Amino acid sequence: MANGAPIISSNEGVAATLAKSLGAAVLSTVEAYNEISFTVDRKTLPAVMDKLRDEHEYQQLVEIAGVDYPERPERFEVCYHLLSLTKNHRIRIKVTTDEDTPVPTVTHIWEVAGWLEREVFDMYGVLFDGNPDLRRILTDYGFQGHPFRKDFPLTGYVEMRYSEEAKRVVYEPVKLAQDFRSFDFMSPWEGADYILPGDEKVGGEAPPPTPKSTESTKDTGAGKKANKAAVKKLPPNKAAVKKPAPKRTKSGTNKSAPKDKS
Amino acid sequence: MADYLDEMDGLADAADPTVGDLEIQNYTINFGPQHPAAHGVLRLVMELDGEIVERLDPHVGLLHRGTEKLIEHKTYLQALPYFDRLDYCSPLAMEHSYVLAIEKLLDLEVPLRGQYLRVLFAELTRICNHMLNIGAHIMDVGAMTPNLWVFEIREQCLEFFERASGARMHSAWFRPGGVHQDVPLKLLTDMADWLDEFPKLFEDAMSLVVGNRIFKQRNVDIATVSKEDAVRWGFSGPMIRGSGIAWDLRKSQPYDVYDRMEFDVPVGTRGDCYDRFMVRVEEVRQSARIMRQCLNEMPEGPVSSNDRKVVPPKRAEMKQSMEALIHHFKLYTEGFHVPAGEVYVATESPKGEFGVYLVSDGTNKPYRCKIRPTAFSHLQAMDFMTKGHMLSDATAILGAMDIVFGECDR
Repeated sequence: MANGAPIISSNEGVAATLAKSLGAAVLSTVEAYNEISFTVDRKTLPAVMDKLRDEHEYQQLVEIAGVDYPERPERFEVCYHLLSLTKNHRIRIKVTTDEDTPVPTVTHIWEVAGWLEREVFDMYGVLFDGNPDLRRILTDYGFQGHPFRKDFPLTGYVEMRYSEEAKRVVYEPVKLAQDFRSFDFMSPWEGADYILPGDEKVGGEAPPPTPKSTESTKDTGAGKKANKAAVKKLPPNKAAVKKPAPKRTKSGTNKSAPKDKS
Repeated sequence: MADYLDEMDGLADAADPTVGDLEIQNYTINFGPQHPAAHGVLRLVMELDGEIVERLDPHVGLLHRGTEKLIEHKTYLQALPYFDRLDYCSPLAMEHSYVLAIEKLLDLEVPLRGQYLRVLFAELTRICNHMLNIGAHIMDVGAMTPNLWVFEIREQCLEFFERASGARMHSAWFRPGGVHQDVPLKLLTDMADWLDEFPKLFEDAMSLVVGNRIFKQRNVDIATVSKEDAVRWGFSGPMIRGSGIAWDLRKSQPYDVYDRMEFDVPVGTRGDCYDRFMVRVEEVRQSARIMRQCLNEMPEGPVSSNDRKVVPPKRAEMKQSMEALIHHFKLYTEGFHVPAGEVYVATESPKGEFGVYLVSDGTNKPYRCKIRPTAFSHLQAMDFMTKGHMLSDATAILGAMDIVFGECDR
């Protein structure tokens, strides 16, 4: 064993046996990093869990984890981690769902699922059909939204403070003194799918070269005279000539330069 | 006179309960969130019939800080210190699951000395955690002195953490690939001396409570949990062992060098609060035994992997080598990239199975990091464990669960 990760019983043949036993409920099987995960049909979930607990000795439901993949048609993945105390083995069962489609509950199989489902509901807004007590659990009383969704900003929408005038806690929209910084660590060599700043010209194709001529005023690019009055030359004005604007700046820079040096 | 006798026997009340009698209703009280015996910010909404708890609804989440969301916005290494702040009574045990999960995804080998150091300090963490919990549990049921004594031991543990990492509690000392820095030899010899010394104080403190009549009255046969219930409610750690199931991840699913360690797994016989307490007391002795083995067997050598794409070089090396400087700069700005995939790694934290479900999409930040707290399943069972017990037993039950809200609420 190269890394120090926990050693569990061998996976050999387990995936095939379980897939065969669960039959058509299994949509896909992945075995990677020495862990087995099945994606099962959402509707068959209680039957699958029943079977795994009673026939295959996965006695404990350890964890239910929600994961959000916004680009998928069914964006949420609900991962059930099962543990067999007798076979000393772990498997993962996944179902997918979206914002509106409820997942059947497993609270009647494992009581512990009650809070775990509440947490997934709270954080992702996944509905669980049949959970008797589907309230929010970790967020504040009266909280709105589902904070662990990928489209929920890290800073949230509201902030809370104690107001001396109102003599109570008040909620206000989040005001950040500094914009939230999210760095992009992608190297330009890896091929970003957006145009890097300064590279705008590279992406667009250069226009075909056209022979240059100045046969008419149109070709020179010069338009018509905008205002005849503006072109008209005025008689020399003393005040305008004497205007010392460039001189002042020159003397200013000259004066300040040695000062800086000293 | 016959009427009066009937009333004394309660027969008159039974016929017409409201005549000449007050109607007694159940009432609901809030236990916490600012109660000293709530071990942090726990709000228990209790429905009481007199002093008997009829229904109990724990409200958690008052310490929710969105750790999992924050981790998604940090690199793998930047996310590590968040784990110290989960269960702040056993910080290194929290880090252990996380670094093992990263190492599993990277398939990174840790040098033997690094593994021994991790196990050594994970067990020190266990002693440190149990000192707090045992002390708090004893104090919850009314005894003051042992708590002060075991806190002395806890303080000594924290000094060792400080000498190893520079921080008393939030060490951030376990790193992907090993540990951050090697420990001086003097620390190991001092630790060996301490291992001979602290059991005296510990056994003294335990002798005050283990056979104590009041302590037993408050704990024996309180909140009995059967084996079946313990499994169905997802118990782990001392809670499942207290119910008589010899299930210890260090034994059954060994990680790092636990497979080389020799230790016993204590189990309870009745599954009550007293058993859970005694399991923890015995675990302290077993942890000391594991630590002694670690100190005896620990080899010399590097403490962290030499893979410079994950583990930063030492400062001295950076003064000489350009390559080392580049590695250091890249690791502390961009961090390392972890291959895409998902793993669930659970270790035996002092409180039970602490798991990390890490989903990586191949970038330098975790796509999802789900933390499996031990407290969630235990606290959820509080309703059925407390039902029918007295109000004052609720603190004993809570004390024997060993719940820390940094970890429960994340």
